[in-house]
Amino acid sequence: MADTVADVHQHETHGHDDHHHDQGWVSKYLFSTDHKIIGMQYMFTGMFMAVIGGYMAYVFRMQLAFPGISVPGFGQVSPGEYNALITNHGSIMIFWVAMPVLIAAFGNFLIPLMIGADDMVFPRINRLSFQVFFLSSVVLLGSLFVEGGGFGGAWTSYPPLSASGDYNQTHLGASLWLIAVALEFVAFLLGGINFITTLMNSRAPGMKAYDIPLVCWMIVIASILFMLSVGPLLAGAVMLLFDQTLNTGFYDPARGGDPILWQHLFWFFGHPEVYVVLLPAIGITVDVMATFARKKIFGYKMVLYTAVATGVLSFFVWAHHQFIAGIDPRMANVFTITTLLISVPIAEMLFVMIATLYGGSIRLTTPMLWALSFMAEFLIGGVTGIFLGASGADIYFHDTYFVLAHFHYTFFPIAIIGTFCAFTYWFPKMFGRMMNDTLGKIHFWGTIIPFNFIFIPLFVLGMGGQHRRIYNFQHFPEIAGPEYFQLRQLATIALLVMLAFQLVFFYNVIVSWMRGEKAGKNPWKANTLEWTTESPPPHGNWPVDELPTVYRGPYEYGHPDREEDYWPQNLPG
Amino acid sequence: MAHARPIATTRSATGIPTPRLAVWWILASEVVIFGGLLGVYIMHRIGHPEWAEAASHTQTWIGAINTFVLLTSSFTCVLAHQAAEKGNGKEAAKLLGFTILGALMFLMIKSYEWTTEIIAGYTITANTFWSFYYTAAGLHALHVIAGAIIMGFIAVDAFRGRELHRVEIIGIYWHFVDVVWIFLFPLLYIAK
Repeated sequence: MADTVADVHQHETHGHDDHHHDQGWVSKYLFSTDHKIIGMQYMFTGMFMAVIGGYMAYVFRMQLAFPGISVPGFGQVSPGEYNALITNHGSIMIFWVAMPVLIAAFGNFLIPLMIGADDMVFPRINRLSFQVFFLSSVVLLGSLFVEGGGFGGAWTSYPPLSASGDYNQTHLGASLWLIAVALEFVAFLLGGINFITTLMNSRAPGMKAYDIPLVCWMIVIASILFMLSVGPLLAGAVMLLFDQTLNTGFYDPARGGDPILWQHLFWFFGHPEVYVVLLPAIGITVDVMATFARKKIFGYKMVLYTAVATGVLSFFVWAHHQFIAGIDPRMANVFTITTLLISVPIAEMLFVMIATLYGGSIRLTTPMLWALSFMAEFLIGGVTGIFLGASGADIYFHDTYFVLAHFHYTFFPIAIIGTFCAFTYWFPKMFGRMMNDTLGKIHFWGTIIPFNFIFIPLFVLGMGGQHRRIYNFQHFPEIAGPEYFQLRQLATIALLVMLAFQLVFFYNVIVSWMRGEKAGKNPWKANTLEWTTESPPPHGNWPVDELPTVYRGPYEYGHPDREEDYWPQNLPG
Repeated sequence: MAHARPIATTRSATGIPTPRLAVWWILASEVVIFGGLLGVYIMHRIGHPEWAEAASHTQTWIGAINTFVLLTSSFTCVLAHQAAEKGNGKEAAKLLGFTILGALMFLMIKSYEWTTEIIAGYTITANTFWSFYYTAAGLHALHVIAGAIIMGFIAVDAFRGRELHRVEIIGIYWHFVDVVWIFLFPLLYIAK
């Protein structure tokens, strides 16, 4: 079968000359219902948005480190532009990078392949999901260019600042931002229902619940969490949109509303959302670790049950974002306890990872390096979260750079390390060729080392009491000592280094895609079903009469009865 | 598209047909949307006893008629499901048509009601009770409109004897729309 995605991509440049010419380029790539193509669409849209989000970070970090300079590639940053940049950086990185890439791209690409199905159960709804998502990206990017500029009320969009154009000075930008976020939610509700029902109903014959690879479980649990947490925020977003456009008073205390209400609705979604993106990243790293440690996962059910426990607990921690918002101190105690409790299941997952590595024959390939660094970096993010979850300490740390550094130490491992881990691991399956390992490792070290140099200084700044939302620290001489400026400049220079090393990644992708070594079906000698078909898989994934049947769990590495150290799920006996 | 339906769409590892499974998940996501909105409304209502004055201007008898209309439309929907189970597509289509008529009647009565209220000065910005009133009932009305449109497509298919299993799916959704109204009616009209 020459009918593969790699060939297909060559046709983009060489014209179409195979048996697919009954389908035009447009219907095949832009309006395809194939889960692999939709996954790629999500992936490349997400990566494009990541480049934009990174560019925004570059611009405002330059402004912070060297206030008032003309930033190369942008120019002078005005206060309004600064606010729009930080707001949209946050929104893009969470809603248009972490979610589409980790959940939608890998969920679409992996779930049918890993459960031995030929597509999603609702292929056309799947396509609709991407189209709505694409529309939401266009609306968001468009909102940056309307009169008054993009929305600048922070990604959390607290009223009253977000509720009235008189306060935020971005009448149209604020409403478009809200519409874009709501459309994105709709896209992920459509996609999520597809993931859940596909996993529930379309598994290969013989695949029982505990034979499902953990990454599929995690994406589906994340979709359920998302679905159950986003509803109140959707209602809240409609109310905020009415406040902005119709001049209602849902969030205006003078008219019987309540601004804190938005914070409750937002964080009732916002905190489960952290776990919505965390769980797929954990699933990816656990899968990669089992393959490259050549060992069965130490506690498959442990990971699964702790993920469910995390999901349940995540609905009861939201108010730890609001300790200084004037909530009842007794309630703050309750939320401190639940917040500290939720670190227990997450710590258990990390212990499972360590126990999986123990005694394994570890191969330090590029994906494995990413998986190991996920553990190390996320640990720092998790541990600093303990300080912020404790209401006493949080009163001091709230809205300082400490908070910012903390959640970048969680989201960077999730969204960036998790993505690179999955991308380098499944690249051979997606494009049929191996990635260059040397370039991959250069890119790995060039990302991880600067990353720590960006955010460790920010922890120090936060402990020094530096507030997050300041446009120019020279305006506040009492908190802008020269030693702080040096730390800020260190962080900015590290960011520049990190961004420069991403060029290595893009170069590696293009070169490997074009001329990489052919991967074959199963380059990593892994067990899960996606490795039993061609790389890249043809339309329909397997020939119709050869859809796999499952005989065992996904992590049977190093079984004593077998000569080979792996045992694919579809081998009988 | 030339190729046949994916095999994935024909599998059923849980034993529950995929469309029915999916519609229940859709309802789960809808429950939290309406649950969030109504929960917020109830908490505000408790915090603002003075809203009773505004609520006393809602027209309970119109709401009651609409409740009756919607419940009747659900009844014809159940009969349509029964006919579809027996394989009688034409009968199912006719009964779905009655349900759509019920939806249209509901929307017409609602339009009349809102028109009189807006003329009387009770607009969405009059006070926050009215903001909740229009937002919650409006969101529900959008669901009625969407359900009626989808039901139209399914009725056309059923009339030709195709995709009869979909009658049950839209029925589940329609009952949900009904149940939401059962919550809205006492909260917005009866509670004075």
